[in-house]
Amino acid sequence: MQVTVSINGESVSRDIEPRQLLVHFIRDTPGLTGTHWGCDTSNCGACVVLMDGQPIKSCTTLAVMCEGHEIRTVESLEVDGALDPVQQGFHEMHALQCGFCTPGMLMTSRALLDENPNPTEDEIRTAISGGICRCTGYKNIVAAVQWAAQHEAATRQEV
Amino acid sequence: MATVENLPSAVQERPIGFGRLKRKEDERFIRGKGNYLDDIRLPGMVHGAMLRSPYAHARIVSIDTSKALALPGVAAVVTAKDLETLGLAWMPTISYDTQAVLAGDKVRFQGQEVAFVIATDEYTARDALPLIEVEYEPLPAIVNARKALDPDAPLIRDDKVGQTDNLASPTWEAGDEDATDRAFAEADTIVTRDILYPRCHPAPLETCGMIADFNPETGQLDIYNGNQAPHAHRTVYAQVAGLAEHMIRIRTGDIGGGFGNKVPVYPGYVCAIAGSIVAGVPVKWIEDRSENLMSTGFARDYVMHAEMCSKDGRITGLRVDAIADHGAFDSTAQPTKFPAGFFHIVCGSYDLQASHVKVKAVYTNKAPGGVAYRCSFRITEAVYLVERMVDALAREMGADPIELRMQSFIAPEQFPYETTTGWTYDSGNYAQTMRVAMDIAGYEDLRREQAEKRARGELMGIGVSFFTEGVGAGPRKHMDILGLAMNDGADLRVHPSGKAVVSISAQTQGQGHETTFAQIVAEELGIPPENVQVRHGDTDRSPYGLGTYGSRSTPVSGAAVAVVARKVRDKARLIAATMLETRPEDLAWEKGRWHVKGDPEQGALIEDIAVRAYSGESLPEGMEGGLDAQVIYDPPNLTYPYGAYIAVVDIDPETAEVKVRRFIAVDDCGVRINPMVVDGQIHGGLAEGIGIALMEVISFDEEGNCLNGSFMDYLIPTALECPDFELGETVTPCPHHPLGAKGVGESPNVGSPPAIVNAVIDALHESHGVTHIDMPCTPARVWAAMQGRPEPPQ
Repeated sequence: MQVTVSINGESVSRDIEPRQLLVHFIRDTPGLTGTHWGCDTSNCGACVVLMDGQPIKSCTTLAVMCEGHEIRTVESLEVDGALDPVQQGFHEMHALQCGFCTPGMLMTSRALLDENPNPTEDEIRTAISGGICRCTGYKNIVAAVQWAAQHEAATRQEV
Repeated sequence: MATVENLPSAVQERPIGFGRLKRKEDERFIRGKGNYLDDIRLPGMVHGAMLRSPYAHARIVSIDTSKALALPGVAAVVTAKDLETLGLAWMPTISYDTQAVLAGDKVRFQGQEVAFVIATDEYTARDALPLIEVEYEPLPAIVNARKALDPDAPLIRDDKVGQTDNLASPTWEAGDEDATDRAFAEADTIVTRDILYPRCHPAPLETCGMIADFNPETGQLDIYNGNQAPHAHRTVYAQVAGLAEHMIRIRTGDIGGGFGNKVPVYPGYVCAIAGSIVAGVPVKWIEDRSENLMSTGFARDYVMHAEMCSKDGRITGLRVDAIADHGAFDSTAQPTKFPAGFFHIVCGSYDLQASHVKVKAVYTNKAPGGVAYRCSFRITEAVYLVERMVDALAREMGADPIELRMQSFIAPEQFPYETTTGWTYDSGNYAQTMRVAMDIAGYEDLRREQAEKRARGELMGIGVSFFTEGVGAGPRKHMDILGLAMNDGADLRVHPSGKAVVSISAQTQGQGHETTFAQIVAEELGIPPENVQVRHGDTDRSPYGLGTYGSRSTPVSGAAVAVVARKVRDKARLIAATMLETRPEDLAWEKGRWHVKGDPEQGALIEDIAVRAYSGESLPEGMEGGLDAQVIYDPPNLTYPYGAYIAVVDIDPETAEVKVRRFIAVDDCGVRINPMVVDGQIHGGLAEGIGIALMEVISFDEEGNCLNGSFMDYLIPTALECPDFELGETVTPCPHHPLGAKGVGESPNVGSPPAIVNAVIDALHESHGVTHIDMPCTPARVWAAMQGRPEPPQ
């Protein structure tokens, strides 16, 4: 069946099987392999993307359910060569090692800060608890989100 | 010629070499531009899917593939019969056993590979799996290692000529049995425990898979496969498939975590290769999460009986009798001469009078493996055992667990120290590291807090562990895998512009080699790290070596890089002498520059020496042009990192839920090349240790059904289960490593489970009389222990 989904502001139209998962739909789009698959069961969060600004797990979402919705993936975070503060924060605070969970963690963190620009440590831990990282023990991911929050607050003050 | 005044600004203003340098590899990962296996799409590529056994033990009566073959889009269904014609139905394991690639006679564990479908796309390939009709005749299964040698136990490996029981390897021993008997005879306190290190799983976030691309015209086989030892894998494929080794190229791409899970060769890989050779097109096969948990290399499953004794307030003796449960095939990864791995490091950090260790191995109807989960060759099991036993002994003696450790440590002046099981520890100051951990924890305050809470009926536990690891395998005279010496190569080329490429045989799965190995070259040559490209993960473009596992990258490959950089520096000295019209022995090295002794303004930068090396100008007599070198590094000994860990847990008396409130980790891994990366590795390993201690287990029912085949059941800690880790460090340089470094990646996984379990018992001993509990300390199992039923998991 024909489905049209907005991915990172681009309209993507394709004839697909109704059972196709959103994660595969996204990854079949040239260049968008940043969204990863890790578990099948909504546990690991490597596949998190934003649907209309809310984090969802694209491994347990059918592509057809996204007809008419706005999907955002990790590839959308950098704009005109400027990294999103969460991307910069992950780099500054060493919040990634193998990098496989990173796109999902970044999108989850982005959604958190959009809704709550000044989260507490507990709020950050709760927000990212839908994802699994096998490398970092989460400590530096928490620090990275804090870094991004502080950086965004400083930027807002300048404006 | 350069002088001090016109040094490049990078040399003057930026620290070059060791330090908290942010990682180069982040650039692609934070943009979603990593290059993992599933991101690779080749023209004409087809997809594989694996049919797996629903039974743990069953005879295969028949396999009918006709319905699957009739499904549009299915190109082939491969079974053992097809592989037999290629001589590939069985493959050797890295422990000199054999393993079925596809089961032909019978299946020996649930999830075993039975048939391999090749189709146009992944969905179709998986659609075909239930269309394959396999008739099984179920057999009784053995899942408990203690029962595997019972006389009436069903024979699992009837494929092996002469095999009449389920013994996988005869008893292996270390230490001195008679001396140990004497130590126990003279002891004043003895404790005995049966301790299980249950089966767990590395479960990297990216599962295992391969793309095999055989070119029938050229005979070239290109393999894309995230594995931890690409050179060794290539040699194995050459041996297994009868292919020419020089016509195989393995590229790993980026690897989404390994932790030991990506050391072995799996049947799916062989099927992908065979499929591509037969079909002449690229074949991609990637397992799903259940396949990863149920069939690929598990960890531990060590059944241990131990006795420990003390005399006059010191630990004096240790006796261990262990059974290694290998599953259906022995594919455990150990250096050849060490069939029980390095388990005999079980004497720990203590100056014992004597110890004796016995290990035998059995087959069971469970998935093969026993490779690792961020652990070097069974050291995790050893450390867990000894640190649990020390705690039990301290409790029996009425001593503080730290005090008993302090009384029994090997003293700094005893190094190099030969242990009672034959290891030569290189260096250490254990008491100092223990004290740093106590200071960070505020140990005395914690004990006071605990006493107050106990008085109120609250359950708080403080657990300690102190580990010594042996990592960086290893010296070629002692250590090989499949006959391949455990050495690593490095190839360094400094280009005319002064920019350098260093190629290494170690293989990153997130450890940050692209940054830290550039830092080693930077430290040794004074080239800014951003001007050093680290090349790895491609057998065509890197020197031979055995890869990354067992915390061996820095001890072996890192040493190789330091040594090769020093070779380049030595050559640069000769060239500089020609440039400066002086003798090499009259030159002194400062970072990035050779200068004339006594006249520091007269010197040559490494960049200028590189120009000279490739120029038409004269070089020292007999010297070849260029500025490069190659080494294969053979480590003289393992390195022996150690650490003191303290866990503080709170247990909910109503639900028995264990919460790790604090975790203090003080590691001594010698010199730290990039402390940021070291800390990050410790954080990650601690999280894994919390998982193993509290949540992660692969268990089975009596019929051999795997009960933890997805992340719904195989529970991994999230950010909510992990505390804000508190780290500290001491630095005792390794005396035989060129940089003074020791391995560290696995230390936190090794050291943390005993600290947490000791804390759980510490919380429950006084109020509930708990003296032992096996991992994982889930609420149900802790609750059972509180009720006096501390059964081990199946």
